[in-house]
Amino acid sequence: MGFVEKLYIPAIINGLKITLKHLFGEKVTIEYPEEKRTYSPRFRGRHVLKVDENGIIKCVACELCEIACPSFAIKVVAKKSEIPGREREPEIYEIDYLRCIFCGLCVDACPCDALHMTSQHEWAITSRKGAIWTKEMLMERKKNG
Amino acid sequence: MNFSDFVWFIIVIVKIIVIFSAVLTVVAYLTYAERRIGGFIQDRLGPNRVGPWGLLQPIADGLKFVFKEDFIPAKANKFLHILAPAIIMGTAIIALAVIPFSSSIQIGKWKINLIISDIDGGVLFLLAIGGISLYGLILGGWASNNKYSLLGALRSASQLLSYETTMALSVLSTVLLFGTLSLYEITELQTANPLKWGIVKAPLSFLLFLITGFAETNRVPFDLPEADSELVAGYHTEYSGMKFAMFFMAEYTHMVVVSSVITCLFFGGWQVPFFSQQYLINSIGQIPAFLLSVISFSIKTGFFLFFFIWVRWTLPRFRFDQLINLGWKVLLPIAVLNLLFTAGVVIYA
Repeated sequence: MGFVEKLYIPAIINGLKITLKHLFGEKVTIEYPEEKRTYSPRFRGRHVLKVDENGIIKCVACELCEIACPSFAIKVVAKKSEIPGREREPEIYEIDYLRCIFCGLCVDACPCDALHMTSQHEWAITSRKGAIWTKEMLMERKKNG
Repeated sequence: MNFSDFVWFIIVIVKIIVIFSAVLTVVAYLTYAERRIGGFIQDRLGPNRVGPWGLLQPIADGLKFVFKEDFIPAKANKFLHILAPAIIMGTAIIALAVIPFSSSIQIGKWKINLIISDIDGGVLFLLAIGGISLYGLILGGWASNNKYSLLGALRSASQLLSYETTMALSVLSTVLLFGTLSLYEITELQTANPLKWGIVKAPLSFLLFLITGFAETNRVPFDLPEADSELVAGYHTEYSGMKFAMFFMAEYTHMVVVSSVITCLFFGGWQVPFFSQQYLINSIGQIPAFLLSVISFSIKTGFFLFFFIWVRWTLPRFRFDQLINLGWKVLLPIAVLNLLFTAGVVIYA
């Protein structure tokens, strides 16, 4: 290092210039509750149980999602279906979001394309029970019936 | 006590209240400015939620500090534990007493200016008070009954001691140039002509004072006593609530004091550049001239406060051996040579 460099003063001035540039530069903060970032369409958020065009649940209670789930968050109990052409449908379909790790293996496992994940990830619970979502809560709601 | 003395007494009390409240407000908003500017420098926004642009943030912080538990560790020396923040805050505030914030106005037979006490040895007073604030650090570390706090305090003590000498020597060379120890007189002697300011007459003293000023206020790159980004805050680890806030406020008050002293010694204090105070009084009247001098002082001091914050978010911290080497092997010899050179100039030129 030469004498001027050893004084460190040019380096300090350079550093100050850089920080001054950033002081007036563009900010990257997203002010969360008012402003939200857009997520990828593949974002893995809360689940939804799909329904067909007649509004009937697609799930046939094969329990493959329950088997695929690494954290034992899904509980499926099947019953005999009253829908013509269907053998089984879920009586109970529950996901415990205190166990769920949002890995998406259940969606991969589903043979009927009945289980999807949405981009919704903002919800609050006040009890452990509140974390368990039932079939009715998870069912997809079609617009206008 | 006759009437004249009584009026003078009232004037001094009012001055104390005005300066005290103004500086404490500045200190409160410095914490806000620090976080906001720091945020901007790191491409963030900083605190902007409490009130418009986050301007009420200092009040929220203050309330939080008041309601926090004021904890004193077991087997700590209670008296000294309480005394330490009082010393450090007290000395920081007392130093404001000799700083001239404005020019003077003549009302009747009273000459009024915003300086609480224009004592002859103002500069000496400042250095002495700076020395006493060291006790706050050491007592705070020692009284906490925590070996790491004590080590932190010793580290601070050696740092402050190393840099105080250089600071005194750099101030001494400016004092030699102006031939007075009173900050008000030094400000007056610098006049409104920027070429007669301390920065032009003694640029090296200015640089030394700036560097040691950073060290004395424990600011980055000399913030080893605190080292908040990697160590547990050194001497004030065991402090909480308002007592911690006192240490915190003392740091910012020190910043205000050092910035004011830099302004007084090197940047013409309250002098408005290019317009002499006499000229301003004659052309726009006494009170506007007085206010203009306050504004001039505030802008100059404000720039240095910004500079303190700006440097903090730019530079990394010194290692301890680098710090002590810089203090004793580089800055002190330069300060001594600078003093000798200045003395030579004063005698022969």
